[in-house]
Amino acid sequence: MTRRLLTISLLLTIGSLASAQSLTLYSGRGEALVQPIVERFTAETGIEVSVRYGGTAELAVLILEEGRASPADVFWGQDAGALGALSQAGRLSALPEELTAGLPGIYTSRGGLWVATSGRARVLAYSPERSVETPWPATVFDLTEPQYRGRVAWAPTNGSFQAFVTAMRVVHGETATEAWLRGMIANDVQAYRNNTTQVEAIAAGEVDYALVNNYYLLRFLANDPAYPVAQGFFGDGDVGNLVNVAGAGIVDTSDDREAAEAFLSFMLQEDSQEYFTNVVFEYPVVPGVEPAGALASFDALLAASPDVDLDVLEDLEGTLELLREVGLL
Amino acid sequence: MLIPAIVAGIGTLVPIVYLALRAFDGDLATVQRLVLRERTWTLLVNTLSLTGGVLALTTVMAVPLAWLTVRSDLPWRRWVTILSVVPLAIPGYVVAYALISLGGSNGFVTQLTGTIVPRPSGYWGAVAALALYTYPYLFLNVRAALLGLDPSLEESARSLGHSSRAVVTRVILPQLRPALLAGWLVISLYVLGDFGVVALMRFEAFSYAIYLQYSSAFDRTYAALLSLLLLGLTLLIVATEGRLLGRRRYARTGSGSQRAVVITKLKGWAPLAYAYVALVLLAALGLPFLVLGSWILLAPPSLAAWQSVGEAFVRTASVAAPAAIVTALAAMPIAYLAARVRLRGSRVIERLAYLGYAIPPVSLALALVFFSLRTVPWLYQTTTILIVAYVISFLALAIGPIRSALMQVPPRLEEAARSLGRVPFVAFFQTTFPLIRRPVIAGTALVLMVAMKELPLTFLLAPTGFTTLAVRVFTRTSEGMMAEAAPFALAIVLFSSLFVGLLVSYEGRR
Repeated sequence: MTRRLLTISLLLTIGSLASAQSLTLYSGRGEALVQPIVERFTAETGIEVSVRYGGTAELAVLILEEGRASPADVFWGQDAGALGALSQAGRLSALPEELTAGLPGIYTSRGGLWVATSGRARVLAYSPERSVETPWPATVFDLTEPQYRGRVAWAPTNGSFQAFVTAMRVVHGETATEAWLRGMIANDVQAYRNNTTQVEAIAAGEVDYALVNNYYLLRFLANDPAYPVAQGFFGDGDVGNLVNVAGAGIVDTSDDREAAEAFLSFMLQEDSQEYFTNVVFEYPVVPGVEPAGALASFDALLAASPDVDLDVLEDLEGTLELLREVGLL
Repeated sequence: MLIPAIVAGIGTLVPIVYLALRAFDGDLATVQRLVLRERTWTLLVNTLSLTGGVLALTTVMAVPLAWLTVRSDLPWRRWVTILSVVPLAIPGYVVAYALISLGGSNGFVTQLTGTIVPRPSGYWGAVAALALYTYPYLFLNVRAALLGLDPSLEESARSLGHSSRAVVTRVILPQLRPALLAGWLVISLYVLGDFGVVALMRFEAFSYAIYLQYSSAFDRTYAALLSLLLLGLTLLIVATEGRLLGRRRYARTGSGSQRAVVITKLKGWAPLAYAYVALVLLAALGLPFLVLGSWILLAPPSLAAWQSVGEAFVRTASVAAPAAIVTALAAMPIAYLAARVRLRGSRVIERLAYLGYAIPPVSLALALVFFSLRTVPWLYQTTTILIVAYVISFLALAIGPIRSALMQVPPRLEEAARSLGRVPFVAFFQTTFPLIRRPVIAGTALVLMVAMKELPLTFLLAPTGFTTLAVRVFTRTSEGMMAEAAPFALAIVLFSSLFVGLLVSYEGRR
């Protein structure tokens, strides 16, 4: 038994060495989303892709720890923060301009080091039943008012929430952001672990509003069209409607840039973009691709989104400091 | 015996050296600011009270269950034993999800009865969820000790006029002490390092802060520093356990061989015993299966999905099984040193093994990335490194039952064999080993089950493209695709149960 298992593991080891010539992708995005795209890419280009799946943050930290010896060619993360951390550490190399040409500003990094593969907007999820009598907030700052007391959920430890706080600091300054955080706490805001648990909390009747990303509710609705939660944007340009991205970059130590670039441009092709929006209910980044059914249109999203350069979201450290200061971390 | 034990002990030092190196390159002012603040204290108090709560609840669950399956005439004892161990194989977040989905206006309880109960969260939610899948550690340890307990001790106590209660408190409980301590130790250390459950239950424990440093700040320096703090706490707990264990003797000294355990008739207590067993198993097994079942019903998986479950299972077993065997082999000399050899350093090595278990897995994985790339780069991202990581991480699990058993085996047997001219190694395998075979198997089973569901070490260290069952579960739940994750989670539980069934039936067939 032991010997057979050892032989198996030896064979697997040799197998992984033999395929070393292929493209290596470190993916913070899930297998169910990535695998079909990878298979189509291989069928079209003949380039084999081996994928390491894991948490977006852990894989970014892994690339940092591996240093020059990193086998990764492409890093594909679930948020701009991880991409920012890698580009700040000098671990991403510049992308060719034709790759990012024609994309809206919110979907590319200023330094040209990574490109968005899909967009995800912050929205306000709510219970249609229990919010009839309450006026719709024009801005996220309204949520500190007494009529929302104890009725709003957020997820202070969640990456998307922290990116939103970073954006608020950039747009409205440290003082206003700190005042908002303290105002929310004073207004008895309820803390949850992540977006899913927040949406579930509305359905469970624990809260009436939640600050979440746009796609979680759509997944619940896909399984159960009668799910008792809805969602909407704050007023146009409000920082509460921040658009964050899932994106990819080429690792500086990649030994096959050509294949890596081919993979990135494949992900920006129209059919790949359609696939993303239909499977995970995120926004396409390429104009002309229709967002999936229940999503707001491409133009409505651009109108609602605040004017924030995603590269500023790299200053997560300052946000963490602020969250610690007000006692949330 | 000494040399393999030292090698294994040094293995567990690797991550500590790494953490020290990483923590050392932080700037002192920030380090101080991060460590010396009120929040660190809050986290510490939270972590300790969580540990205490989980220990109390697991003891209430595990000890009666162990006694009932070993010493009473409870029917289907073997099945109850198998089912009692299976919760160990259930991933923690499935248990936490199960508890959470009970309450709320959309929860199972509401759908069944129409009354709304609040969803469990915070301290009690975390205690309940952790206890529901960690109690088998204590169950296995206590069970092994009860099986090894010599009935003649109790008979002597009774013949000397002790009441049944006095027999329990003066004979049985003191004999169970090493097993209880070993189980409690493993559970405490697990609670220290756990992140998933405390996060889902929104309870802020120490491990939470460490995870945050990696996941939102990409900061290896402060994460390493916090990990070192956690290791300090671990040392404290391990030292306390060592103190409580002391240098007592647990081996039988009489002549002749040990007799089989005596079975107590439950008689009028039987209904109470049945109800108890049913309650524990329903909570620990029924709930998670309910949740997995409801995920599967959301979107029944296709045939192709089940086929890929099979492939992932073969991959998972191809690392978990060798890891379990190597861990048991490494644990034997360490437990032997700790139980038998009276040297200053012999206990230290055993204690080191416990550190490996309490290091947050992300830190351990990064430590192995760091060292393997610098020393043996050709082994990087191979199954070998992954197996080494499992062994370092789970060594403590195998040591507990083996050590408890060794303490019950009289050293005289081995001494006799040696005096008859056997070399020490042979003497051990001919006399002591047959007597500790069952706990060695129990230790192997423990490691196997835990390795089957291990996640962070696996996705950072496995060969690229090597997706185990746990990785498959994670890469689906992380995109919110619960239904797609369910078959893989179910496979972890079912395949692990199969192993447990095989091992427990082997244990019974002496």
